Amino acid sequence: MSRAAPRTDRRAAARPPRALVPLAALTVGFLVLPLVALLQRAPWSDLTELVRRPIVTDALRLSLVSAAVATGLSLLGGVPLAWVLARSRLPGLSVLRALATLPVVLPPVVGGAALLFAFGRRGLVGEPLEDATGFVLPFSIWGVIAANTFVALPFLVLTVESGLRAVDTRYEEAAATLGAGRWTVLRRVTLPQAAPSIVAGAVLCFARALGEFGATVTFAGNLQGRTQTMPLAVFVALESDRDAAVALSLVLVAVSLAVLVPLRDRWLRA
Amino acid sequence: MLRAEVDVRLPDLHLRLDLRVDDGEVVALLGPNGAGKTTTLRAIAGLRPLDGGRVELDGRVLDEPASRTFVPPEQRPVGVVFQDHLLFPHLSALDNVAFGLRARGLRRRAARAAAHAWLERMGLAGVAGARPRTLSGGEAQRVALARALAVEPRLLLLDEPLAALDAGTRVRVRSDLRRHLADFPGGRLLVTHDPLDAIVLADRLVILEGGRVTQTGTPAEVTARPASRYVAQLVGVNVLFGTASGRHTVRLDTGGELTLADALPAAEVAIALRPQAIALHTHRPDGSPRNAWPAVVADVEADRDRVRVTLEGPVQATAEVTPAAMAQLDLVPGARVWASAKAVDLVAYPR
Repeated sequence: MSRAAPRTDRRAAARPPRALVPLAALTVGFLVLPLVALLQRAPWSDLTELVRRPIVTDALRLSLVSAAVATGLSLLGGVPLAWVLARSRLPGLSVLRALATLPVVLPPVVGGAALLFAFGRRGLVGEPLEDATGFVLPFSIWGVIAANTFVALPFLVLTVESGLRAVDTRYEEAAATLGAGRWTVLRRVTLPQAAPSIVAGAVLCFARALGEFGATVTFAGNLQGRTQTMPLAVFVALESDRDAAVALSLVLVAVSLAVLVPLRDRWLRA
Repeated sequence: MLRAEVDVRLPDLHLRLDLRVDDGEVVALLGPNGAGKTTTLRAIAGLRPLDGGRVELDGRVLDEPASRTFVPPEQRPVGVVFQDHLLFPHLSALDNVAFGLRARGLRRRAARAAAHAWLERMGLAGVAGARPRTLSGGEAQRVALARALAVEPRLLLLDEPLAALDAGTRVRVRSDLRRHLADFPGGRLLVTHDPLDAIVLADRLVILEGGRVTQTGTPAEVTARPASRYVAQLVGVNVLFGTASGRHTVRLDTGGELTLADALPAAEVAIALRPQAIALHTHRPDGSPRNAWPAVVADVEADRDRVRVTLEGPVQATAEVTPAAMAQLDLVPGARVWASAKAVDLVAYPR
């Protein structure tokens, strides 16, 4: 009898309290229904023609490129920041962490406005930058990338930070006794062990950048072919061409799912 | 040759000990949990800087707070085999062994060739490509040893190298380890809480208790003359501490008095008494034994063919009797008995 006990326990644990089931079902409905409505509204017969329109292809290309570059920049700057947050014992680390998390809770429009005050043509850094180099950040693809990075970077930093915290530092000590200096330890022991969290952080960052709207429209504007990303194109099309808006939305849903499904797998395996 | 004067202050332990390991020597640091064994190892490896004292290897000072000298672990010629082995989980067995050589600037191909030779030497050529989690405990241990030895350190530190293994493989791995350690020319310092590992593997034992060395000597010396209750329990011998009250008599710290056949070697002595040399009786024994004392049974522990009886009273000791004697004497906790030991069975040595 005692042998069977664990199995009974496990089954009991998998059986939720009855009140939870309808609530969970309701939540699923709330999440899935809009997607069903989108599919139901889709102009299936014209779809191939619709997604070939310049408004769609321009926006898709711009979205993918800017989100990819923003993810690259986030990796470059975010992994070192995550390391500092996870490992260093600097004073005021909690303030630093709050600052790094701020864009997650800040309305993106506010982020875009703040970027404008910093890097706009009359901005704190933007004005001297233009005087010195002639380079103008806002209302260009670089503005889109800056807005995307600002909003999406924290997702990478927070994910990688918690990943680095989970790395067993004893392996780093073992590496040191084998003659590995700090850089070698980071490159060959710490980062490979944190790799799942880095991948997860990059994917989240990319997905967030892909959906970015508020900061982009505020800081980079809405110029088709130059700064009009997928979400902006959907918003514009909703006013003028509903079929195109639905087609754009479906493409966004498909790309997002393609990014998120493998990520979910990775998390479940870990 | 390692010479270490370790002084490390931990929140609940002040570790202070002198340690010396000659080339070719295997020294075991043996002690209960929390005695500071692993901290000592970490200090020598450079993973825990000293608070005082110094660590010197082959005449080179590696750590000396007084002169602000500290050589970081990656620059010390010290190899470490960690508890749980700590093989890098994302690298194959071969790349684990090659890691140190690569870190020291060897090209990938040369490092792998050298690592392969090490694995072959350890009888592990077949698992070169395997990830650590697929290795058996014994294999992982040999990979860890090969990884530490591949960079040709001058000193090898082993932290509980057999603790991660189950009892079945332990015996074989222990003798393997002994063989592989024999090939290493430098000093070897082994940390363990298992007396059997220490006795089988080491030339010399250093007993560490509460951050201090309580005894040092060859395994034979330490087991013959335990200097503390901890060592006595480890080797299964009773040790009684007392002060001379005559040429042949000792007044024990716990109150009893014992008579020995030989003259006492010092005023303050420890007396070793084997559990088998204690006889138990229902009444005060008359006749030959010169040492008899009343005792209360505190605990009875029955094995297959012998029974260990813990006795309280003026002489605190463990006796070993046969199951038949146990039944005859009705030995249960709380029972009052008489114990006796022959004078010739008591061995005294200076405390």
